[in-house]
Amino acid sequence: MTNSTEKETTPSSLSSVAAAAASKKKQSTGAQGVGLEARGIHAWFGDKLVLEDISLDFWSGTVTALIGPSGCGKSTFIRTLNRMHEFIPGAAMAGEVLLNGRDVYESGTDVTKIRLKVGMVFQKPNPFPSMTIADNVLAGLKLAQLKVPNKDDLLEECLLRAGLWSEVKDRLSAYGGSLSGGQQQRLCIARSLAVRPEILLMDEPCSALDPGSTLRIEETISELSSSMTIIIVTHNMQQAARVSDYTGFFLSDGGPGQLVEVGATSDIFSRPKDIRTENYVTGRFG
Amino acid sequence: MTAKIPEVKAKVKPTKPWAPTTRERAVDIGAILLAILGTFIAVGLSELKGKLAYAGVFLLLIISINFIQNYLRSGIAAAKDSIASTFAVAGVLVTLLPIVSILYAIFERGKTGLKFNLFTSDMKLNGPNDPLNQGGLLHALVGSGIMVTIALLISLPIGILTAIYLTEIKGLLTRPIKFLVQSMSGVPSIVAGLFILSAIVFPITKTPSGLMGGFALAILMIPTIARTSEEVLLLIPEDLREAGVALGGTQWRTISQIVVPAAKSGLITAVILGVARVAGETAPLVLVSGGGDAVNLNPAAGPMGSFPFYIWKSFTFGTPESIARAWAGIFILLLLIFALFITARLLGGDRNKK
Repeated sequence: MTNSTEKETTPSSLSSVAAAAASKKKQSTGAQGVGLEARGIHAWFGDKLVLEDISLDFWSGTVTALIGPSGCGKSTFIRTLNRMHEFIPGAAMAGEVLLNGRDVYESGTDVTKIRLKVGMVFQKPNPFPSMTIADNVLAGLKLAQLKVPNKDDLLEECLLRAGLWSEVKDRLSAYGGSLSGGQQQRLCIARSLAVRPEILLMDEPCSALDPGSTLRIEETISELSSSMTIIIVTHNMQQAARVSDYTGFFLSDGGPGQLVEVGATSDIFSRPKDIRTENYVTGRFG
Repeated sequence: MTAKIPEVKAKVKPTKPWAPTTRERAVDIGAILLAILGTFIAVGLSELKGKLAYAGVFLLLIISINFIQNYLRSGIAAAKDSIASTFAVAGVLVTLLPIVSILYAIFERGKTGLKFNLFTSDMKLNGPNDPLNQGGLLHALVGSGIMVTIALLISLPIGILTAIYLTEIKGLLTRPIKFLVQSMSGVPSIVAGLFILSAIVFPITKTPSGLMGGFALAILMIPTIARTSEEVLLLIPEDLREAGVALGGTQWRTISQIVVPAAKSGLITAVILGVARVAGETAPLVLVSGGGDAVNLNPAAGPMGSFPFYIWKSFTFGTPESIARAWAGIFILLLLIFALFITARLLGGDRNKK
């Protein structure tokens, strides 16, 4: 796998990466039921339609990568999934997001419960500056006022799953800001795991990181994917090929962003059905 | 690795090629000396008189000398640049001059009245002609302390909650409130005093008291705290709020657990600035606190002294002793405010804790 990642970004190498990743994942992943369904999602900023009619199913226990050029609405799309879209002034949306069969936009829904189930990791690592590493991991419990029997166990478990435990176990009372960028991002992943989400949204989690940290986070994603649904937005197609089971390609031709094609990652990178997808994954544009 | 570092140090010395050389520095000092000399000659030979003439001629000379010298050294662009920087330095000196002069005057005149008994007794039994080792300003110290504390207790929650409304909660009222807070910070302090006088003292309590003084100061303190806190909260990056909400926190939990702790040092600074803003406030206290000469620990009844009132009253007596008392009071008040600002600086500075 490491050999193939070092090759040039050509269609054949990407598809081989995807194939290698798929075979490595064994067949344990895949259909365990639909975790999250997006139905006809539209999104607006003010009067501007930025996303048009996106429908996508995310299967439990899989990783779905969303790729596409900047400004095609990938981030906006995943922000509609945990109702973060509504934080932007002037934002509007249409469509349904079904979590375990219920629309998260149904009136009367407790939005904080939705966000507990659908966690999020942001593009820029954003540990809470006033908190220590341990407090950062457990911040979600404090914020949502959840009780757990043993905080120390949870702390260790989350840091282990995020692949950070061995690096920070002796300095849990240091401030989060004292970690390197890659460690901070893994701290943010650990933080989102502590409230036990079913689904984890990752908005370009590695775009601010060096290759080494990126690799660590990709390993983390692979380890997490057996137990949860992961949706990752990425500009790095190698990364999409390496970590995901399914890939969706978004594109905007100047107008609103649309979902051009979605399918198994190995298919998207080796035999895309749409010529635009092929052009994008082979690096002819974008 | 570490053993090699001294060797490297020995071979390569750190230099600052951009710093002025000794010769250039000598030329700069020479230019100043030349300008001073030129000023004396020019003023001596001409009809010009007074300190202002010296300053003006000196400024003109130093600008032209710097211009020529920079032109010869580095060309016309640097020469033009030197005009701007010489003006900037002159501006700084002009700004510093009154401040330094005020501080000097206060220290010079305040030191004769500085006696230990200032802090242990009040003016209940002493008149303006009594020697300086009798009487004191304890009543002013206590009164100012009590009234500022009352003002702080009122304006701290109101000011910070207003700032939270303006930056975090937002709503239809954001713009009018922002406008109101801004206008309130420009309200003359006597208006705050008059308001308390006509709204509470005349219709209800009938008598002045420390509590009324605290209310008047609170009116002045709220906008300072609210505006400074607003600025501080605006500096907190949006991703922290999003991260808090994305973890399942409600808005209020996110504000109280994430945003406010992240802004803590700035908010402390805001509060201290608010205190410093009102500690020397005179006009409203003259109207509503009564300004007694005895130590009064009860803010609800009886006149209460304060620093500004003590200073004002001592000056109006006009005897040498009471004027010395007034200067000593100014000196102590100034020291206290300086101490507050330094505390604010120190608390505001620990932002980059590791």
